Amino acid sequence: MEQHLAVLPIVLPLLAGAALVLIEDRHHTVKLVINIVATLLLVATGLVLLAGSTSDPARIIAYQIGDWPAPYGIVLVVDRLSALMVALTSVLALGAIIFSAARWHRAGQHFHSLFQLLLMGLNGAFLTGDLFNLFVFFEVMLAASYGLALHGSGRSRVKASLHYIAMNLATSSLFLIGATAIYGVAGTLNMADLAVRIPLLSGSDLALLQTGAAILGIAFLVKAGMWPLGMWLPTTYAAAAPPVAAMFAIMSKVGVYVVMRLTSLLFGEGSGASAHFGDLVLQYGGLATVAFGTVGVLASQGVARIACFSVIVSSGTLLAVIGYENAGVTAGALYYLVSSTLGLSCLFLLVELMERGRSPGDDVLAVTLEAYGDDEDPEHEQEVGVATPGSFAALGVAFACCAILIAGMPPLSGFLGKFAIIHALFGIDGGAGIATGVWVLAGALIVSGLAATVALMRTGINTFWVSLGGSLPAIRWVEITPVVLLLGLGVTLTVYAQPVMDFMQAAATSLHAPGQYTQQVLGDLHNGARP
Amino acid sequence: MEAVIAIGIGVLAGSGVWLILRPRTFQVIIGLSLLSYAVNLFIFGMGRLRSNAAPILDGVSAVTAYADPVPQSLVLTAIVIGFAMTALFLVVLLASRGLTGTDHVDGQER
Repeated sequence: MEQHLAVLPIVLPLLAGAALVLIEDRHHTVKLVINIVATLLLVATGLVLLAGSTSDPARIIAYQIGDWPAPYGIVLVVDRLSALMVALTSVLALGAIIFSAARWHRAGQHFHSLFQLLLMGLNGAFLTGDLFNLFVFFEVMLAASYGLALHGSGRSRVKASLHYIAMNLATSSLFLIGATAIYGVAGTLNMADLAVRIPLLSGSDLALLQTGAAILGIAFLVKAGMWPLGMWLPTTYAAAAPPVAAMFAIMSKVGVYVVMRLTSLLFGEGSGASAHFGDLVLQYGGLATVAFGTVGVLASQGVARIACFSVIVSSGTLLAVIGYENAGVTAGALYYLVSSTLGLSCLFLLVELMERGRSPGDDVLAVTLEAYGDDEDPEHEQEVGVATPGSFAALGVAFACCAILIAGMPPLSGFLGKFAIIHALFGIDGGAGIATGVWVLAGALIVSGLAATVALMRTGINTFWVSLGGSLPAIRWVEITPVVLLLGLGVTLTVYAQPVMDFMQAAATSLHAPGQYTQQVLGDLHNGARP
Repeated sequence: MEAVIAIGIGVLAGSGVWLILRPRTFQVIIGLSLLSYAVNLFIFGMGRLRSNAAPILDGVSAVTAYADPVPQSLVLTAIVIGFAMTALFLVVLLASRGLTGTDHVDGQER
């Protein structure tokens, strides 16, 4: 019975999404309630899966759809990493859907169906153990995301979506070319089966396989937003409606997840001639992405664009450290992934609340003030004694927490994640002390944190400290609840750092020792015993 | 046969890439369609080219007499998904045309 839980994160949103299509859009409240209930069930499923993999370290559920045996049928795999990602997705979804209840869910048609289908695609991509099935779930996720990116309509959204869709359609072609080139050489699309077969390849087959893997990798790196493939990301994310952008924060992590999964599974230590294929690309590409994102964060004016470039920094950090293929580093990276995704998702929700009370010209005005000297306004003295309204104060505190989480400053979990990564990086024994690349990466991580601090503090001061006029934002409790929920999780992550870190360590260890994964998925076919 | 297929894929993909880089939205969508045709042919080719071979086992002939059924099912899925995505892109393209009043991909003439 318990193993059927593995398919629930896909079936549940599918059914909910299908049911929501049938209800007319004027029944907003009914649709909202169905959506929230379905998302709550998903959170429960995610937590049960997570709890299951916490209690039993060796547990990997390989769920064979339709009971077709593994390399021939499609298989879903729940190990620690995928359970973690599913749980994280569901929690973010809960935050986003509660936030949208205030007004965003009424801004366009079929928001709820698309939202559930996006969840289906995300969960499917995290759970699948088959390369072509991964393509299908990617397309489900992308199709829903196209609809959601357009949610609310308007000129800037349509313009950004046009680029986003064209980019992703071209990328899907690369995905197909890569996946089928791998099939053409290895004769299988099952990830575990590929892991067993790749060490056996040699000569021109190997060259073709690596070409296919490289093309496939580009498809994922576009999703992850690696420089220079991530040019589309800031515009699209900044144009999307806030609850949608909050979900998009995890969408770039799907690319990171797949890269993490496939490099460790297919090109890990035990894959013979292909071992460590693409590691250098990830290391240098990730570093370049962090640099690009850092400059972007500093150059951005609105909070939305700062958040977008922070997504790029976060992706770059993760890609660079994945390139080191070290269990300790990966454990830190997983911790950082969860923490930064929570922070970024939260920031996307805050963006709209912060900008609500501001007139459109404020950002330009703020920059002009900085450039030409900040003349104190003559009304200054009259403002003495004006109490800060409660909602505004709450918003300020939430923003500060968010900034600390994203920039990686103590005491919150962002710092612990970065610290764990850097600590493990310095622990890699290359035989000749600490490599130059490690120093550069560690420096880049710290500088990117500094840049995020500077940029977010500048925005924070302009918004909350020297408010440049405009009315105070009216904030409803449904809008601040998800922010508190996500930040609360960030704090929980900090308080329970030890058990969480142990979990990440175990997840990373099993990720870098794929023997158990292939054993569970393939059963007796493992070790080359096949008909 | 291999040369003809390879040249065909090359021409389709080349034209597709060239069109994608053009500034008009209609050119982009045609380019994406051509690219997806090229990819579909490529998927087909990855099952090895073979004439007059069925992908269905009859239990009598040797395995070498069959075409690989997997790429055929993959290409079917890819065609359906590609078709749906192109239709969706067409809608966005028309919305963009309506909102911006131009068919330039950036929503404004340079």
